[in-house]
Amino acid sequence: MASEKVQQVNDGDFDTLINSDLPTLVDFWAPWCGPCKAIGPVIEDLAGEYDGKVTIAKMNVDDNPNTPGQFGIRAIPTIILFKKGEVVDQVTGAVGKTQLVELINKAL
Amino acid sequence: MEQKTHYELVILGGGPAGLSAGLYAARARLNHILIEKGAHGGQVLLTDWIDNYPGFPEGLSGFDLIEKMSEHAKRFDLNSMTAEVVSVNIDDHKNKSLTLDNGNIITFDTIILGTGARANALGVPGEEEMRGKGVSYCGTCDAPFYRNVEVAVIGGGDTAVEEAQYLTKFASKVYVVHRRDELRATKVIQEAAFANDKIEFIWNTQLKSIEGDNGVEQLQLENKDGTTSTLKVEGVFIFVGITPNNNCLPLEILQADKWGFIPVDKETCTAVPGVMAAGDIVSKNVRQVVNACGEGAVAVLAAEAYLNHIKGE
Repeated sequence: MASEKVQQVNDGDFDTLINSDLPTLVDFWAPWCGPCKAIGPVIEDLAGEYDGKVTIAKMNVDDNPNTPGQFGIRAIPTIILFKKGEVVDQVTGAVGKTQLVELINKAL
Repeated sequence: MEQKTHYELVILGGGPAGLSAGLYAARARLNHILIEKGAHGGQVLLTDWIDNYPGFPEGLSGFDLIEKMSEHAKRFDLNSMTAEVVSVNIDDHKNKSLTLDNGNIITFDTIILGTGARANALGVPGEEEMRGKGVSYCGTCDAPFYRNVEVAVIGGGDTAVEEAQYLTKFASKVYVVHRRDELRATKVIQEAAFANDKIEFIWNTQLKSIEGDNGVEQLQLENKDGTTSTLKVEGVFIFVGITPNNNCLPLEILQADKWGFIPVDKETCTAVPGVMAAGDIVSKNVRQVVNACGEGAVAVLAAEAYLNHIKGE
């Protein structure tokens, strides 16, 4: 199942995750956000397709107040791509799969 | 190898128009496919609460409404796929096709364009740079990031005033900046806003620029009489109309209006035989969920009539 490949990340293990060897895509979302729910299936698809090449993770901004603040996130969904702990690029809004693939390719 | 598949009917877009068309197409047992680039929903997903869709007296969230529409069409075996359409080729109306981003080609007899629209950007300095860092086009999504701070809403239509109302649940104050001296919003929406102590209207005023270092700090405003002012806010929510999602469409042959919306007749037929349009992509004055759905249904009936016609030829 693709959905099991999406990691749930929280304030506590965030740093470890983005500093790992694989590039990491983090989807900052919340349950009350319609567009976040809309891109959910796309994120799950990507987790299946990039399994072993890119870590795909989600962070619930309601449960984790620190990390979103650290990156100045004031809109969701915001999807940030990290490589070796550094931000490569980010997009905001319910973008299409093509745009997310373009984003991921910047770290490959 | 690229694949080629044929359908009697293609539906582009999975918002209210597309899903209603999908429901009617599935029930008519047409050989159909609905193509949506993301998940079903469209702009409705940006709507916190829908209070004017008949049959739901308590109202419901945009997301829930779309889920119900989607479930409803699936009950009758809606055939749908997630893909992005690169181009729609309808120059020769007897050989219509479209190309997907993976290079695959779909040929079809009829198509319903339900690609919808998206929020306009104002195009003022600072807007693009601070998108997601204080500039927002979705109150429902982003309001909780503005607890106990002051924000501004730009616009005076239904969406602007409803979102201002929603923002007051979180923000300590919401300024509504509008370029006219009265609102266009529906009367009940206006009444609620005027009664809300947290909303302050700034009339006859336009946003000139958005300023801040790592996020929005202040707005530069200009009144109709030429006076300028600075408004200190941490967020600005922009609701100034919509832009059609028409990138993949041949606008000239569809005789698009000057804004890029597609004109149709009362049966939703465009200038090209076998090509219908429904929902917000249509050139019209009223863009509500309720008429988008109606148009989606009419479009399928028009498609069936066209299919019968070509079979008889």
